[in-house]
Amino acid sequence: MKFDTPATTNPIDRLKVVGKATDRIEGPLKTTGTAPYAYERHDAVADPAYGYIVGAGIAKGRIVSMDLAAARAAPGVIAIVTAANAGKLGKGKFNTAKLLGGPEVDHYHQAIALVVAGTFEQARAAAALVHVHYARTRGNFDLAAAKSSAQPPKAGGIGGKPDTAVGDFAGAFAQAPVSLDATYTTPVHSHAMMEPHASIASWNGDQLTIYTSNQMINWSKGDVAATLGIPAEKVRLISPYIGGGFGGKLFVRADAIMAALGAKAAGRPVKVTLQRPLMFNNTTHRPATIQRIRIGAGQDGRITAIGHEGWSGDLPGGGPETAVNQTRLLYAGPNRMTATRLAVLDLPEGNAMRAPGEAPGLMALEIAIDEMAEKLGMDPVRFRILNDTQVDPEQPSREFSQRQLVECLRLGAERFGWDKRVAKPGSVRDGRWLIGMGVAAGIRNNLLMKSAARVRLDSHGIVTVETDMTDIGTGTYTIIAQTAAETMGLPLDSVIVKLGDSSFPASAGSGGQWGANNSTAGVYAACMTLRDKVAQALGLNAADVDFADGQVRSGNRSIALGDAARSGELVAEDGIEYGDLDKTYQQSTFAGHFVEAAVDAATGEIRIRRMLAVCAAGRILNPKAARSQVIGAMTMGVGAALMEELAVDTRFGFFVNHDLAGYEVPVHADIPHQEVIFLDEEDPISSPMKAKGVGELGLCGVGAAVANAVYNATGVRVRDYPITLDKHLGRLPTLT
Amino acid sequence: MRFIINEHSIEADVDVRTSLLDLLRDHLGLTGTKKGCNQGACGACTVLVDGERINSCLALAVQYQDREILTIEGLGTIGDLHPLQAAFIEYDGFQCGYCTPGQICSAVAMIGEIRRGLPSALTEDLALEQIGFSEDEIRERMSGNLCRCGAYNGIIEAIRATYAEESAQEREAAA
Ligand code: FES
Ligand code: FES
Repeated sequence: MKFDTPATTNPIDRLKVVGKATDRIEGPLKTTGTAPYAYERHDAVADPAYGYIVGAGIAKGRIVSMDLAAARAAPGVIAIVTAANAGKLGKGKFNTAKLLGGPEVDHYHQAIALVVAGTFEQARAAAALVHVHYARTRGNFDLAAAKSSAQPPKAGGIGGKPDTAVGDFAGAFAQAPVSLDATYTTPVHSHAMMEPHASIASWNGDQLTIYTSNQMINWSKGDVAATLGIPAEKVRLISPYIGGGFGGKLFVRADAIMAALGAKAAGRPVKVTLQRPLMFNNTTHRPATIQRIRIGAGQDGRITAIGHEGWSGDLPGGGPETAVNQTRLLYAGPNRMTATRLAVLDLPEGNAMRAPGEAPGLMALEIAIDEMAEKLGMDPVRFRILNDTQVDPEQPSREFSQRQLVECLRLGAERFGWDKRVAKPGSVRDGRWLIGMGVAAGIRNNLLMKSAARVRLDSHGIVTVETDMTDIGTGTYTIIAQTAAETMGLPLDSVIVKLGDSSFPASAGSGGQWGANNSTAGVYAACMTLRDKVAQALGLNAADVDFADGQVRSGNRSIALGDAARSGELVAEDGIEYGDLDKTYQQSTFAGHFVEAAVDAATGEIRIRRMLAVCAAGRILNPKAARSQVIGAMTMGVGAALMEELAVDTRFGFFVNHDLAGYEVPVHADIPHQEVIFLDEEDPISSPMKAKGVGELGLCGVGAAVANAVYNATGVRVRDYPITLDKHLGRLPTLT
Repeated sequence: MRFIINEHSIEADVDVRTSLLDLLRDHLGLTGTKKGCNQGACGACTVLVDGERINSCLALAVQYQDREILTIEGLGTIGDLHPLQAAFIEYDGFQCGYCTPGQICSAVAMIGEIRRGLPSALTEDLALEQIGFSEDEIRERMSGNLCRCGAYNGIIEAIRATYAEESAQEREAAA
């Protein structure tokens, strides 16, 4: 199904199932511990051997020699895979560094060997006996030091252009009666999803099956094939349950490739999980950024000039953190510029983490906006509303398909009790606590990706959906079931959903908050094709058939849906593809984030007291799961604001706090009551579902809302995340 | 070695280095208990031993012979959910589900700790026999169970709802 004109009324609009707050259909499996994750497939692979990865102990250089004798002789060892015996390997399209290093080492904890043994304990013990002699070479590990050498990255892809300019930014900024020029930094973040990367690989002749934990099955199938140098048809990936991803499982990682190589070498299936302390340096991360923001405004508060420059680093051949992009769209202003610069760093591979670009970009921009509002003596909600735009500021002929940012901010302010905020920072006390409120805007674009599905109807009227789409906790199983039920006129429990298998039609996959809208649109397309087949099988005219309550109705005839499959299952396969509606319109989602923070006047300890997000993100397919997506993202935003930072050892080039004890993420006690409001919105320009995404929007702006609340509490502006108490303790208001 | 798991006596012959967690997951096929870190930092591997919660990744299986071990599989089944499992579904106390068995097992033991009057860092009056069941108390006591999906609000609501219902029923039964 080609979607190239705005949606009109369609079967989804009945909203009998779609749009209703619905319990997750896989909830009973997950709460009883019976949903099978990648490492747990005893049902599918009997008696696998265990692989344990050895990670490089240097950041850059060469392996001079590897002494495997002791490991080989250790009890239970079946095989050891290294670059020396693995055969020629390629590199996946989505990987920057090789997944098996040696003799060159590209980054710290890059996999350099896999020890395969009969048990986990044997493999782990033998791995510790691998002795490696390295020749270390100097590398660049410090973004601040490498900043002056940064270059414009190559244009294209999701990242956009390295430089943008409209009007005369420099002139307008110089003349602005009120202006700000400030620099902000965000540190390296880790996805730190709860399920470590894991795979079980099994060869049947030249046919490879990998049970794995991966967000993008179709991309990754291609990358497994490219890495191993085998045809993609020979690779099957199976990933029905995924214990979180947040971008960290968009790509093939070492667990999958090493399990495949290990299984080949051992002549039997091999399972590999990345040990937690290896994950942080072995896999990808959100790169650190340095961001300079300049804003000029008239005394009336209207922005006349806005400029955002961002620096980040990555391995050679890698990409930038695109932290400036939201600044091209969020506020009006005739004179604008952005610049993205990329330095070469020899740290582990940087790549996408939830809301790549916008998450760190808004952490900086939305503090800058707060600072500007204060300089203007204007309420920060009002300042944002005053500078709203309904068109793409770089191309005013291009409208937003929907843009309710002002409504998000107005309603949020009202619900949060924003009128009680005292503008002068450091002026509200509650016992030992300094209290503050902060606001930030959120924007995240709606990305259109083609997505396909197969649907089967049996004689009992049960519809089974098959697509390689994944559910990473986002609620995909449920919204796909809702979509199929709505389109076929069935109750929810008449739909079975099968996901995450590369033998199913290729979907959009889970990433960039594009999963929900695109994958359900693909299922809708397949169901519409199935409806035609049903009408045909029943000898009805497809144009005037109604599907409702498990019945197919035409005129005064009413036939049970299952009857259409009486002489055999009906199968339909179709997908959604898009025209250029994302070019003619700017499609984005918006949020207003509100936070109340308390800071201990004596110790500087920061506690979050309340949080509210008001979101405008198209039709909300399942408000229950969507709310969870948003509160989960708000939680990650609290982490980014207050605690998350992979500390870089700039001498040896690795992340020091590489485990869950050292990389702090929010715990129960850090997170107060969170409220989420979804504005009524349908976006007929986005897809037949009229939906967009919320999973990343929920994170966009949260960090800055926290930072602004802390500032309002203390009067101490911290521009370097995370805002740990040492950064403001010495400057807190004197105790009275 | 002999283990009592979910009220069943089970014989297993494993390496003395095998953790209780790996015994469950790799040797007995009880994969409901999760491995998030294998280092005692995340709580995904929480099981109950003689009614108390432990991180099974930090426990050697050999030391837990003949103890009463309860895992998520022993708490409820798809057809017969434990009230807390049902409440997790109702309040959407999870997303990816990977921390979920650990959260649920931890919460079951935590309720026991509160009932037995064990104080937390937040409990102000250590002499109290009946410790309150405030949201802050639960948050404090559940903080060893990480949820990167950030389902904390739903988890707390599920625990509160289950506990409130249970204590209401108990009060009724007593009256
Ligand atoms: S797996 Fe045991 S605490 Fe993380
Ligand atoms: S539900 Fe995913 S980590 Fe808690």
